[in-house]
Amino acid sequence: MEWETVIGLEIHVQLATKSKIFSGSSTAYGAAPNTQASAIDLGMPGVLPVLNEDAVRMAVKFGLAIGAKIAPRSVFARKNYFYPDLPKGYQISQYELPVVEHGVLDIDLEDGSTKRIGVTRAHLEEDAGKSLHEDFEGMTGIDLNRAGTPLLEIVSEPDLRSAKEAVAYMKKMHSLVRYLEISDGNMQEGSFRCDANVSVRPKGQKEFGTRAEIKNLNSFRFVERAINYEVERQIDLLESGGTVVQETRLYDAQKNETRSMRTKEEANDYRYFPDPDLLPLDIEPAFIDAVRETLPELPDEKRDRFMKEYELPAYDAGVLTASRELAAFYEHVVQESGRQGKLSANWVMGDLLGALNKAGLDITESPVTPQMLGGMLKRIQDNTISGKIAKDVFEAMWNGEGEADEIIEKRGLKQVTDTGAIEAMIDEVIAANPQQVEQYKAGKDKLMGFFVGQVMKASKGKANPAQVNELLKQKLG
Amino acid sequence: MHDKTITELAAALKAGEFSSVELTEALLRRIEAHNPELNAFITVTREPALQAAREADAARAAGKAGPLTGIPIAHKDIFCTAGVRTSCGSKMLDSFVSPYDATVVEKLKAAGVVMLGKTNMDEFAMGSSNETSYYGPVKNPWKLDAVPGGSSGGSAAAVAARLVPGVTATDTGGSIRQPAAMCGISGLKPTYGRVSRYGMIAFASSLDQGGPMARTAEDLALLLNNMAGFDPRDSTSVEHVVPDYTDGIAESLEGLKIGLPKEFFGEGLDPEVGQVVEAAIKEYEKLGAEVREVSLPNSKLSVPVYYVIAPAEASSNLSRFDGVRYGYRCENPVDLEDLYKRSRGEGFGAEVKRRIMVGTYALSAGYYDAYYLKAQQLRRLIRDDFVRVFEEVDVLMGPTSPTVAFNIGERSDDPLQMYLSDVYTIAVNLAGVPGLSIPAGFAKGLPVGLQVIGNYFSEAKLLNVAHKFQQATDWHLATPEGF
Amino acid sequence: MSLGPAEVKNIAHLARLDIDESLIPDYAKNLSDILAFVEQMNAHATEGVEPMAHPLDMSQRLRPDEVTERDQRELFQRIAPATEAGLYLVPKVIE
Repeated sequence: MEWETVIGLEIHVQLATKSKIFSGSSTAYGAAPNTQASAIDLGMPGVLPVLNEDAVRMAVKFGLAIGAKIAPRSVFARKNYFYPDLPKGYQISQYELPVVEHGVLDIDLEDGSTKRIGVTRAHLEEDAGKSLHEDFEGMTGIDLNRAGTPLLEIVSEPDLRSAKEAVAYMKKMHSLVRYLEISDGNMQEGSFRCDANVSVRPKGQKEFGTRAEIKNLNSFRFVERAINYEVERQIDLLESGGTVVQETRLYDAQKNETRSMRTKEEANDYRYFPDPDLLPLDIEPAFIDAVRETLPELPDEKRDRFMKEYELPAYDAGVLTASRELAAFYEHVVQESGRQGKLSANWVMGDLLGALNKAGLDITESPVTPQMLGGMLKRIQDNTISGKIAKDVFEAMWNGEGEADEIIEKRGLKQVTDTGAIEAMIDEVIAANPQQVEQYKAGKDKLMGFFVGQVMKASKGKANPAQVNELLKQKLG
Repeated sequence: MHDKTITELAAALKAGEFSSVELTEALLRRIEAHNPELNAFITVTREPALQAAREADAARAAGKAGPLTGIPIAHKDIFCTAGVRTSCGSKMLDSFVSPYDATVVEKLKAAGVVMLGKTNMDEFAMGSSNETSYYGPVKNPWKLDAVPGGSSGGSAAAVAARLVPGVTATDTGGSIRQPAAMCGISGLKPTYGRVSRYGMIAFASSLDQGGPMARTAEDLALLLNNMAGFDPRDSTSVEHVVPDYTDGIAESLEGLKIGLPKEFFGEGLDPEVGQVVEAAIKEYEKLGAEVREVSLPNSKLSVPVYYVIAPAEASSNLSRFDGVRYGYRCENPVDLEDLYKRSRGEGFGAEVKRRIMVGTYALSAGYYDAYYLKAQQLRRLIRDDFVRVFEEVDVLMGPTSPTVAFNIGERSDDPLQMYLSDVYTIAVNLAGVPGLSIPAGFAKGLPVGLQVIGNYFSEAKLLNVAHKFQQATDWHLATPEGF
Repeated sequence: MSLGPAEVKNIAHLARLDIDESLIPDYAKNLSDILAFVEQMNAHATEGVEPMAHPLDMSQRLRPDEVTERDQRELFQRIAPATEAGLYLVPKVIE
């Protein structure tokens, strides 16, 4: 039987506010345990929550970016359950009335087409603390620094049909929240994590199969692997006459498998009800308008513009707009290079990203600045250096030897364009290789490459290759 | 000096008749003498009180005294007090020394009051007789085998016994007004949102409201002046100007329109209590008020509605007491579930557990609509009754409680019977309007309270109405024998 | 609605309350009585009535995004039942 995979993702994004969603504690990552847990975060008796304005602003910004409806009134509810990393015994979240509803995100598929994925909703909630399972003589340690960090939970429609699509969606979302500057998107630190609802059904069947929820996937690679594993598990199960159980599963990256979370528990009954300590969140049109003013150019808009303005192929434009920083870097290079769109794209995507990748550096940490790279491209353009020599110049810039002009000067890399000088070198080469000249004249055209190579060698690579070609042809008749 | 009101004490302190230290010492001696019998205080803070009194005297000497500087008060043990045990009447918090001050505590401290200690109360304010306290029942100073009412029973008894001239308290379904009535003192529940709830341990967040208890309306005004106000730490706190509640307190009541909700005078009301209330209303007519009958048709549902909403909110509010970060933790838990279940099972008393279970049930899957949502819909109808009736009248009057104080143990085995003692006070919390209770006379030898209910933010009017009565009568001056 | 012992135990479990077996019947009776009492509500039609969660018709106020809290761990953990290395300790949590 042929099977179809159905996936919906719930992405949890930590919002980049300075303080927590309901208290004035810092959200900075990496502090000593419980030093950023205030009376409110600890759920001390008598404390009360007050909502952070920037958390709301960021949620609205996100909603606008995915073309969603911003709810004029949304409500915070309590999700009740007992867990040691949940200090109040309930999580404040939005349940029936979320702040953002009905948005869309377009993802690019491998075959070059795009697919529109529905975003059911996005709601504000507070993060929980962390349980540390290192051994404290058989005890678990609880750190509540993270408790109360604002989260935006983004829930997709079950529109994704493969692990690859799920990853493409997640990457696009990751890029978007960073563009919007509403999250640092740091996956190692847990700022961007994902739960995947996965089911399979016979191809052509309308009803969804029973789904399993895979919790806490914190890398693109894990999402892909976990979904692939899970899909195979479900298909094997169904094909051997079994049934899929609706349950929560955990992905074990080491073993590359998902396994059932041991919930001997009854099905959870969260007893949601509106939090009486908080009032309805009313968002006025003026507030939305003010947020709209702060929206940056979004990735898709930027990609289209790059294609048009810099005459880039879709692929290049897509790569260069994947992050706001990279796009800005590229545009800066274009500007410095005398508006050479494609050449700039080739160098940024090729040598620069390659070197950064190898060194494990981010675009913002590049030792070669846009000015430096653009300056070098200018020298290619005006024939001061060849593309080949440029590779050496780039390497020298990377190693901190200065700007392109400096390096060209110091190392004497300036291209030789003086016809007389090139002719002299050609004459020497012809004189030194009579046999090859004979053969060439007898019709062995392929030897032209040999002559060009010899001349370039004699010039130490500095002769202008186009000129060398031209003059050789004349001389060899 | 213990027999003086706050207004009188403030004048005496100002005149230098005695110092705050002398006053504080005198009241501490009275507490030492009478508390073993009354059990009105859970904690007495002798040393910090004397220290605060010395500071108050110094402030006065430096010319920096306000109206409440050096006035001794006590806080209901539901208000968090930094460095002082805040038990909420529960074994769960017997070891809880609060790391911070409630906003109300902070404001009164800034006004220069001297805290003598923390008063007894029903556990987590769940009760109408002060019998559910982990620290044992409080005795009514008017009759030692009777309850003082609840949940602010310790606060009411302490004022009635002249151990302290004023106290803070909280009212979720009548917990200020009902004990004030049963102990023969004055107590005000302000409009919901008027007094900050920050640091006031939550029972039912959408109903809880802090307020003062004292002997006179004038004293309530002085205390409320320093309790009310917007608090940025409480999302449900209202940004509404706080007037000086002593201004206009003596205004004439000529032409005041009083509504008598017929639902407050029907079946279940002790006829002797009814007579006292009627006599008080006659007194208002003498003061120039016009009286008419009105109706709050949905108020008869207020007790069932309350006993869904309050337990539902409480079941969630009390989830934080889990033995992990503070408070009671059971011995040798074998696993996490055991830690939760035994810490909570052993730390909470029977009534608290009962209400947590009712609330858990009312919110659980499949029952939410039938209980919680239904109750919230009826709550709106109850509120709308008040809104409508206040288009016709200025205030509502009636009995605070259907009976006078009952005997300790008389109703403790029957939760439903107990709940009905709040039948006239609960609707006020559901609507969120202010209400107060003042002494109106005696029935069966025990105090009877007159309840006065006003429109939103009409505390000044209520205090004016109460004060004029107290100028014309002297029920509020009656002192229980032996105190 | 009348609750039996099994339902009371289930509710007690949801609320994480250890209830002595011998007291279950008492709780069952009390809770059943209370539920029967509150069910008077059902006699009243409320169709189309908007549920009222708060006494006052107000909107949520927003707080500026500022860090106003400082580290008070030492103070807070002084009243904690069990801590080590700045962490609150609980019996081992099994995932």
